[in-house]
Amino acid sequence: VSIYTPDLQNILSLLFFLLPASALTTGIYMIFSTKPEMATQEIQPNETLTNLKAESDTLKTKLEDERAKLHDVELHQVAEKVDGLGQFIMKTRRTLKGHGNKVLCMDWCKDKRRIVSSSQDGKVIVWDAFTTNKEHAVTMPCTWVMACAYAPSGCAVACGGLDNKCSVYPLSLDKNENLAAKKKSVAMHTNYLSACSFTNSDMQILTSSGDGTCALWDVESGQLLQSFHGHAADVLCLDLAPSETGNTFVSGGCDKKANVWDMRSGQCIQSFETHESDINSVRYYPSGDAFASGSDDATCRLYDLRADREVAIYSKESIIFGASSVDFSLSGRLLFGGYNDYTINVWDVLKGTRVSILFGHENRVSTLRLSPDGTAFCSGSWDHTLRVRDRGVITWATFPKGPHSQGER
Amino acid sequence: MTINTLTKGGAQREQMYCLRKMERVIVAMQDPDMGMKMRNQRLLITVIPHAMTGNDVIEWLIQKYNITEEEARHLGGLLVQYGYIYPLREPRSLLLRSDDSPYRFQTPYFWTSSRWPATELDYAIYLAKKNIRKQGELVDYEKENYSILHKRINHTWDFVVMQAREQLRASKQRRKADRIVLECQEQAYWLINKPCPGAFDVLDLGPERCNVLSSRVALNADHYRREIEHSRRALGRNRVKSSICLESFMKYSEQYLHHDPIMSGCLPSNPWISDDTSHWTINTDMVGIPTRLRVERWSFSFMELLNDSMGRREFMIYLEKEFSAENLCFWVACEDLRHGESSKIILKVEEVYKNFLAPGAARWVNIDSKTMERTLEGIKRPHRFIMDDAQMHIYFLMKKDSYPRYLKSELYKNMLAKAIVPQETKKSVFPFMRRQRHSSPSPAMVTQATEDDGKAKGAGPTGTSSTTNSQI
Repeated sequence: VSIYTPDLQNILSLLFFLLPASALTTGIYMIFSTKPEMATQEIQPNETLTNLKAESDTLKTKLEDERAKLHDVELHQVAEKVDGLGQFIMKTRRTLKGHGNKVLCMDWCKDKRRIVSSSQDGKVIVWDAFTTNKEHAVTMPCTWVMACAYAPSGCAVACGGLDNKCSVYPLSLDKNENLAAKKKSVAMHTNYLSACSFTNSDMQILTSSGDGTCALWDVESGQLLQSFHGHAADVLCLDLAPSETGNTFVSGGCDKKANVWDMRSGQCIQSFETHESDINSVRYYPSGDAFASGSDDATCRLYDLRADREVAIYSKESIIFGASSVDFSLSGRLLFGGYNDYTINVWDVLKGTRVSILFGHENRVSTLRLSPDGTAFCSGSWDHTLRVRDRGVITWATFPKGPHSQGER
Repeated sequence: MTINTLTKGGAQREQMYCLRKMERVIVAMQDPDMGMKMRNQRLLITVIPHAMTGNDVIEWLIQKYNITEEEARHLGGLLVQYGYIYPLREPRSLLLRSDDSPYRFQTPYFWTSSRWPATELDYAIYLAKKNIRKQGELVDYEKENYSILHKRINHTWDFVVMQAREQLRASKQRRKADRIVLECQEQAYWLINKPCPGAFDVLDLGPERCNVLSSRVALNADHYRREIEHSRRALGRNRVKSSICLESFMKYSEQYLHHDPIMSGCLPSNPWISDDTSHWTINTDMVGIPTRLRVERWSFSFMELLNDSMGRREFMIYLEKEFSAENLCFWVACEDLRHGESSKIILKVEEVYKNFLAPGAARWVNIDSKTMERTLEGIKRPHRFIMDDAQMHIYFLMKKDSYPRYLKSELYKNMLAKAIVPQETKKSVFPFMRRQRHSSPSPAMVTQATEDDGKAKGAGPTGTSSTTNSQI
């Protein structure tokens, strides 16, 4: 016996036009079920949310399947024809002492020798790392200054932390002038500031926060230019893409996701979720075609943006503690990782092997950056110091022959 | 011991992913087949069973993970610092000694991951026991904590003392070896959970982070709808085969190998090693003759050329010869618009229109009619990104056309020929005498000078050519 009576058909067409899809399906169920209850149009808020989450998870699985389809070879396989690197010895060239507490963040100036660093006790110091002189110092009104950045012009620094703000301090050379007097509050979040970076000029700042969002700000007016929603938990790090059109950046968070964003539209362009714990640091590969991430799951990973997938994992069974910050050498051949077990591990990006493990810090390494011209790298630690290191002994065995052979010891 | 409720520490436990990994190492160490060989260790006159020496730990780690002794010592040291292995001799010093000092595995009951955060009640009982057992056994900071707790949880103090007495009585029934072991285990646990103020605190985690389970982000319908939309878009995305993408990494590292100071060193020397800043002075923006490496780099990509101010200058000279300099000028003006102050946007858009887009403009740029139409329409409501389309069009025009021709031009070839290859600095005859490290003008100085009009306070870091004494 067909239940498609003309009356039912009319009801159905009416329902189709009047009700939202979810109510319709329930409505239809009610009509065709043998239960005698009245059809209800009310949807429990809980159900819709569960359905949405389930749908999202299904799509994510489908996406992973799609991504796997074009993965025809592993990075270390392609890298078989490249020469191995042997072991590297890195030497500490400068130790910067002056912070009275844990160093949380640092950034290089474009002049390749100055750096700004921030610490738990609210101190932000600008050093000429080459001479180890302190040039400026300012005390923030909050503790745990987790983010700091040098302006491209070298004339200002930005910093923030538990105050939920990002402030810009113009660097004055007048020794008597109090830097704090000229302080400019730029960004306002509803939770701690985890990272900040100037874009191509001193006029805009990109921030990430414990409130789960990233934001782009106009420095002059403090105006919010764009906000980026999509992370499901605290955002811990960000990095700007060195691409030709210069319009994207990547962020990593406690939701184990790394998201690539379009700065102009605020949309999330690509998303990667393969880490097993918080992502503490993200950094673009020099060409802009990929980025690396460091996580509490004790691995660093490489994600290719054109292949749209994770392409390498850098880990070792003996490395148990999380990677807090990562950066590439200038050619992208080496990946430096600062870890929470006080060490720095240096990886051969192509082969996936470790070429060096560096000791020296007496507490976790919280921040690590290569200098702008790649001549050295600086690490900051909870042991209150910063160390500038570079290649030590270059033995003939490991040194690639080239027109600029250098027998440096 | 009282039962610990760990709901509060939930988010923190999630953070301590590494604790689970350490536990896996510990379990592997105790594996009957592949684990360490343990034996009885003598502690004064008592024999403690199932103990190992510091050396044993290090040897095992070297074998198992194929690492150097230095790394094994470091890893073993962390296991002790986190309380998974504790020393029998000198128990207050949580260090791994690479000799025959005896160590034992901490019982899982006292693992950092199982009993964290430590409760005040448990701590009070522990201190009470110590106090009862031997007068004056409490160390200074423990005495302080004891009196603080006494005030704070005074209402349960009877229970505390009763528990302490009960536990002491029970332990007296045990064999001496077991009693010592239990005391050591408990002590190790408390050394980590309630360290001496000022001492290293391994459980110091920094500001609390929230992950998905306790998120501050509203995981509401909008959030999931956004995720769904994103996944749908992502599904339709064009992807490139891995084999092609990964090849490009090989090429890139090879191309930039000699430009990477950590891989190949730099000439004349790395300033951080030799204390000689020549490498920086010969690579400044204003230098008369650039280095060969620098000029070579301009040929790697159009972006490399534009990112170098000298390269950009040279390219401009070339374009002027070709009567297409307006393209680069336009691109520069658009960059300035995109990255400049919000307040100057309207003004800048007007300028760009006047100079480059208006019919009959002095430096009219040739963009396709569709883009031009769209841009002119958008100018009516100017914003930061209004020139994006036009800028990209001109960028790719220069990249495809002018840039390759520039690289083949006499201008570029001469530049390359003229470019200097610095001589490698010979290691100084007296290597122990370090050169003096000179200061450099702060970038902030340059702008300040132009602002202040040569104020008297110009005796900043540069005024005195401060030859700072080398510091270790």
